[in-house]
Order: sequence, then C-alpha cells, then structure tokens
Amino acid sequence: MTARLRAPGLPRAGFFLVLGTLFCAAIIIAAREAYGFPVFADGGITTKAQNAILLLSLLIAPLWFLIGLGAFDYWFYWAAGKKERAEDHSGHGATSWTDYFRVNTDHKVIGIQYVVTSFFFMMIGGLLAMLVRAELAAPGSQFVDANAFNGLFSVHASLMIFLFIIPVFAGLANYVLPLMIGAPDMAFPRLNALSFWMLPIAGIMMTASFVAPGGSFSTGWTAYAPLSTSAPLGQMFFTIGVQFAGVSSIATALNFLVTIITMRAPGMSFWRMPLLVWANFSTSLLVVIATPFVAASQFFVLFDYALGFNFFRPEKDGDVLMYQHVFWFYSHPAVYIMMLPGFGIISEILSVKSRKPIFGYRMMAFSLLAIVLLGFTVWAHHMFVSGMQDWIRIPMMVTTAIIAVPTGIKIFSWLATLWKGVLHLDTPMLWALGFLTMFTLGGISGVILAMVPMDIYVSDTYFIVAHIHYVLYGGSLFTIYAGVYYWFPKMTGRMFDERLGKAHFWLTFVSFNATFGPMHLVGVKGMPRRVADYAEEFAAWNLFISLSSFVLGLSTLIFLYNMVSSWRGGPRASANPWRAFTLEWQVSSPPPIFNFDRIPTVVGGPYEYGVPGHVHGIMEPAEEARPKQAAGASSAEEGV
Amino acid sequence: MLGIGVVASILGIAAGLLIDWFPVAASEEAKPIDTLWDVLIIASVPVFVGVSVVVLFSVVKFRMRPGEEELDGPPIHGNTKLEVVWTAIPAILLVGLCTYAFIVLTDVEKAQANTMEVRVVGEQFAWTFFYPGEDGKEISATELHLPIDRPVKFTLQAKDVLHDFWIPAFRMKKDAVPGINVTYRVTPNRLGEYPIVCAELCGLGHATMRATAVVQTEADFASWLEEAAKPPAPPAGGGGGDNGKGLFTSNGCGGCHTLADAGTNATVGPNLDEVLAGKDEAFIKTSIEDPSAEIANGYSDTMPKDYGQRLGADGVDALAKYLSEVTKEG
Repeated sequence: MTARLRAPGLPRAGFFLVLGTLFCAAIIIAAREAYGFPVFADGGITTKAQNAILLLSLLIAPLWFLIGLGAFDYWFYWAAGKKERAEDHSGHGATSWTDYFRVNTDHKVIGIQYVVTSFFFMMIGGLLAMLVRAELAAPGSQFVDANAFNGLFSVHASLMIFLFIIPVFAGLANYVLPLMIGAPDMAFPRLNALSFWMLPIAGIMMTASFVAPGGSFSTGWTAYAPLSTSAPLGQMFFTIGVQFAGVSSIATALNFLVTIITMRAPGMSFWRMPLLVWANFSTSLLVVIATPFVAASQFFVLFDYALGFNFFRPEKDGDVLMYQHVFWFYSHPAVYIMMLPGFGIISEILSVKSRKPIFGYRMMAFSLLAIVLLGFTVWAHHMFVSGMQDWIRIPMMVTTAIIAVPTGIKIFSWLATLWKGVLHLDTPMLWALGFLTMFTLGGISGVILAMVPMDIYVSDTYFIVAHIHYVLYGGSLFTIYAGVYYWFPKMTGRMFDERLGKAHFWLTFVSFNATFGPMHLVGVKGMPRRVADYAEEFAAWNLFISLSSFVLGLSTLIFLYNMVSSWRGGPRASANPWRAFTLEWQVSSPPPIFNFDRIPTVVGGPYEYGVPGHVHGIMEPAEEARPKQAAGASSAEEGV
Repeated sequence: MLGIGVVASILGIAAGLLIDWFPVAASEEAKPIDTLWDVLIIASVPVFVGVSVVVLFSVVKFRMRPGEEELDGPPIHGNTKLEVVWTAIPAILLVGLCTYAFIVLTDVEKAQANTMEVRVVGEQFAWTFFYPGEDGKEISATELHLPIDRPVKFTLQAKDVLHDFWIPAFRMKKDAVPGINVTYRVTPNRLGEYPIVCAELCGLGHATMRATAVVQTEADFASWLEEAAKPPAPPAGGGGGDNGKGLFTSNGCGGCHTLADAGTNATVGPNLDEVLAGKDEAFIKTSIEDPSAEIANGYSDTMPKDYGQRLGADGVDALAKYLSEVTKEG
C-alpha cells in the first residue's frame, strides 16, 4: 500500500488530492482566524468558511493531484540538481489498458487519451442536451426548475466547447501530426502529458458543479458579468475549470508550433506539409494568441466574485462591457480554433477519397492564415446589441462578411477537388461531403448575422442557436466524425464496421437537420434562446425539434457501439487501407513505438494522386537521409 | 447541372420568400429590415444550392464504379483564373450586401422630429417605464403605452444585471447595461398589444421577464398618461408610502412569485399565497430583507439580497403589511 502511495500514479494522485484539500482548508482557517472572521460554529465550520475552502481547493488541489500523478516528477528531479536520469522510455508507449491511466509521454497514447476523454465528456454534454430538449418539448415548466434548466444548457455548452471540440481536435492532431511530418514524437513529450491531464480536471470540475451549493453554474457558457459575479458558488466551477482547459490548450498549441517548426523530416518543406499540419499550425497560432484573453476574463470574474474587486461593478467605476470585449476577443477566434483543424481533416479526406490532388494547395494554406488574421478583427459582431459605441459596428460588419471570402475559397477548392475524381463513397467521405453542405448553410446564416440590422433583430433568438449548431455540429462535429473514422484503422490497427458507419451518418444527417433546421424558423418568429418556458405559438415546432433531437442522440450510440466493438474485435487493418501518400500511412497500423524505424525523407507533395509513379516520402536509414548541409539542398526540387 | 441548379435556386428562393418568417410588424423600422431579410434570402439560396448541386452531381457522376478501385483521377492542381473568380465574386457580393445593410441601418436609426422619450429600467425580473411628466416629475408604469405614428426614443437602464429590451413586433433590441444608458428609436405604426421580451439571460426568472407594449391612438394615450400620473406613483425603485400592492408590482416581485391579489402567476420563486399563509409580518419582513434566512422547500437561495436597500425601511414595512394581509386566508 505504502509502495503504491509513493510511486507516481492514480493512488498517489488521490492521496495528494486529499492532502491538497486539507492544505487549502488550513490556509483558509488560519487566514480567517487571523482576521478574526468566524470559522467554527455549532460544532462545524461556518458556511462562508466552507465555501472559501471549496473555492481555494478548486484552484489549488488539482495541482496537488497532478504532482501526485507524477506529471512533475522529472522536472522536480532535474530542478533539484540531481544527476540526470538516463531516459529509459519507461513512460512511453502502452502495452495494456492501464497505461492509458498514467502520465504517458507517447504522443500516440496521449492522442488516444485525448480523443476518448473528449468523447466521454461529449456523451455527458449530449445527455444534458437531451434533458434540455425534454424540458422544451412543451411550453411551461415540466420537470426541471428555472435554475436547473439554466444550469443544463450552460454546462452542455461549456463541456461541448472546452472539453469536446477543442480537445478532440488536439487529440487527433496529437496522434497524427508527428507521424505526418515524420517526427518520432512531439517536441515536448512531458509537457504534452501534463496538457492532457489538465483536461479531465476541467471536465470533472464542470460536471461536478451540479452538486455545488446553489446548483451548477447557470449563466451560459458566456458567463456575462455581472450575472456571473453575483451567482452562487457553482459559477466558480466554470470560472476555474476554464483556466485548466485553457492552460492545457495553450501548452498543446505551443507544443504543436515547436514540433511543426523544428521537427519536420528532411525534405518536408512548409509547402510539402499536408493541409492538416497547416491547419493545426494556424489553429495553434490562434490558441497561443487568443486563449490568454479568456483566462483573463475569467480571472476578472474570479477576483470580483471572491476578493471583492470592482472590474464589473458600475457603482465602483467598473465597466460591464469590458467583460464582453475581453471574452469575445478570445471567443470569436475560438470559433476558428474549433473549425480550422476540421478544415485540415476534410482536405486530407477529400483528396484521398477523390483520388485527386487537393485543388489550389497554396491558396488552401494561405486562406487558413487569412482566417487567422481576420479572425482577430471581428469579435464585436457578438455585441451589436450590447450598447457599445455605434460606429464600431460597421467595420466589424465588413470584416465579418469578408472572412467568408477565404472560407469560400476553401469550399470552392474542395468542390473542385471532387470534380472528375474517382469518389470512394465510404464512411469518412460521407461525413466530409455532409460537412461541405451543412457547413455552407452555417456559413450562410453567419453572413446573414453579420448584417447589423438583421443581427439586431435575431440576436439572442433561436436563430443563433441554429447557426451555432450548424457551424459546430454540422461543421466541426462532422469533421471530427470524418477524422475519427478515417484514422481509426491507424490508431487501433482495426477496421470499423462500414455498414454501421453509414447508418450512423444517414441517421445523424437527417435528424440533425430535423433538429436544428426548424430552429431558424422559430428564431425569426421571435422565440428567445435560453428560456425554459415559451409562448404557445412555438409549441408544435418545439415538440418536433425535441423528438428529432432524441433520434439525433440515439444515432450517437451507433457510433459508440461501432467504435467499441470494432476496437475490440474488428478485422485487422493493413498499413495503408486508403492508399494515401501522407507519411502516417507508410508505417504499420498502429505505428511502431517510435513511429519510424527509419527516418523518412520527403521528396514530393502530399497529394499527388494520379501522377504516375509519385512518392511523397521514402524510408531511408536516418544517417543517409539526413542532409549534411542542412537546409537549402532540398529546395531545388520544388515544383508541386 | 446548370439547369438543375437554376431551377432549384428559383424554387428555393420562392419558398424562402413565401414562408411567413416574421411576427406581425408594428413599426416603421420593420419594413426595411424585413426587406433586407428577403434580399439576403435571394443572395443566399443560390450559394447553398450551388454547393449542394456540385456535391450531388459529383457523387452521381464521378463515384467509383466497379473495376475502378485502383484508378486515380486526373492530377489537376489548380486553375488561377477560376480561383480569382471565386475570390472576387463573393467579395463583391459581400461588400454589396454590407453597403445595403449599412443603408438600412442608418435609415432605421436616424433621429426624427417630435420624438417622445421613455426611460426603460430593467431589473430581475421586471420592466418599469418612466415618462417625462409635468414639472420634471417622472410618471412610472409597468405597462408600456405608446401613441401610434410618433417616434419614440428608449433610454435603457439596468439595476442589477444585463437585460435586453426587445419588442419583436418593432424588430429592434438592445441590452440594458448596468452603469450606462443605452438608447434606440422606433416609430410604432400599428394599433394593438405586443409582447415585450427580455432577450439577455438575466437569471432564474429570465423566461418570465415579460411585459406588454400597447400602441394606441394619440388621444387614448394622452388619457392613459393622465390617469397614470394621478395616483402619486411610488418613486423609482420603491420607497415609502403604504401602497403595498404598488410596491409589489413596481419592484418586479411578480416576475418570480405567484400572488393571487396582485394577479401574478410566476413560478420561479415560491407561491406566496401558499408559503406566507398564516405567517406574521415580522417573518415576511425578514424574508424580504434577508432571503437566505429561511428557504422554502424545493427552492434555492437565489432571491436578490438587496430588496431591503431598494425598498427602504418604510417600503419593507408597507410591503410586509400588505403581504400578510392578502395571504391571511391562505
């Protein structure tokens, strides 16, 4: 027992979590005693002291948990000045399922940890959505009260955004990206492991908010002040949870940037990188620049809430609108953080499944960078009705409309990629094509929303709910499904069930449209969002929407069953079932523990389908492949 | 393919224009905004139809046939002319739409002569409306009355958190923000009663934060305003007097609580007819000033804690007296 508590791992992490909580309790009790505030009453601790201990524990106990888990062991060892530990790769790779429950530095293990964890929280978030729709099936209040309802949609959105879409893309890229650029791992494997382990902390915190005194956080995922600064304690489970998700996100993005810039295989110039790598390069830029802003906005809330600061108290010269500006300066780029990696996935799949080079490769990469830049100039379009200065609405409208141009370039280039190809209409391809049409719809309602007079009318209505779900479900989630099916053989070494995959697509595609399509109608008719109760005139559509949403929920179970059963007992996958050129398909499925037994050399573009005799990378022994004269030598053979 | 696309676009646009999208229009501003919507439908449908038709056509025409498993498509890498076209055309279209939207915006927001001013105050979970009265005194009301065909400028304020003052029939909305004044204008042009909706999540009673806007003739409005000015209305945010019922209404208690005497039936907070039955004034007073002291079964501690300050000592006494009287029978 003592041995298990001394060795890094979950038992020690649990033990440290208890220690951490006691540590926080000691600080609070000591501080309150020192200031003469009441601590003990009626043989227990006063409510205020209890809440203070809980709040501090939310901030600090997770760090103890991470230390207990062993996420910092190597760094502590190194910082203590001890003799350097020889790397024995004991923290690398997975031979049994228990290896997924420890600090593991293998990017392939971390990738799977990420994807499985995100889908776990996606299931919880989906369940909450089902409860929301059950309550909305009829007007009036049926089985949850107003507080619980506000909590349901708030936690639903927060989990889906911070614990599913953002990290699942990070997870897929974690697995695939080093393989694609011919690297043995990520640049900072220990940081990578730490990034992952912050994620379950954030997710459990947000989910656990339902048991907080006063109920879960119920101010929406936007947590607008001053509603959030005066809410019950549950709000802090969001405010602090976001910090952990944010740190995880920033660290991973830095890791991707360094990996992409420094660890490409010989010959892998920027213009030979697969578009998934380009997409994650762009996304990581967005994350590194924007995510500190959401961290700041939530720290402001925390300070106002817990320490009596006045950032958002107008009677003390606080500025309520400032919250929205700081928040959206992150949260609009966040929309692209949730979309650009999906663009990368779609580019991979459409090219491979159409058996054609991607159309306009360089424009595809440039349009990603254009979106990164423009993405920072549109945030206030979320605030057309907020009461900010009027003139700023016009430039924000124009930039918002113009960002549709690079997005349009991508859509049209994908269509041109399909043209005259040989289309393999299997499951990943169906999701990619479904994405093309549904994301176009979401983009169109986005342009409608950019138009200020229109936005003034429909903002905060179900039209917004419809738009966000067409973009994030029909857009992001469809690409996630496409990507998970596409790389499933590589990640697990097994093939998924094609029939179930197609059934999953069609059921989801139809019920998705039946759920979110009519929301456009009720929204323009005047139904506000975030309400448990609504006017009688919307009853028929809402019942229809709720019933469709239950089918949509059930369709997810097909996916789950397919993934679990195929992983356990699907037929073995070959190294390259899709006949793709990119490097991850040139190694076995799943790949060897250090990815490439021989370091590959890249000699051509990644998408040259139809070019006779083309190769993207050759597997040369490391010594022969690594050019002695460094860069410059390979640029002569450009000519894609 | 082009033919199918054109036919589908026309059908889509026709359907888009035939759908009765909006609620009834009751302001001058509604027409240009509804027309903007129609224009956006006309511009949007062909884009969606175009993308879908190309996808469907490719699926039908270029799908892999048996025997083509090993076949690749032609290695087409791009086409500069085509790429210039599909960059330039959307850019021009979007700039055009923005220009049009800009014109509509300036049109619906321009200042007009003979504008009436109404101060709108939002609080959890009720609206109060203040009209300029004689000798600088404001006339307050919980129902919004507006004369037809006269421009009105709303000045929005919020006491506690963000709210959003939205009358769907007028098409305009803006947030009421604590600490600043936010304004917008409309010109009602249709007689009738229209719902007022809070569109910004403001807490528990957000869904029930509703009021009514009554558009009436100039004469009816004048007599209503005269009537409203008569009983000395309680000053902003409550205050003295023994008009308990008035305090109950003007402070938005009915936004959360059911009280038969005041005709409210909200369910956010406990039903006062039930929970206050048989309680004395002192208990009710405590419940107003310190709502956390005792929480009714099945409810959480979410009632704002500042009603003691807002109402003042006299106000709390008057309200508690009123509540104990009307709930005596249970």
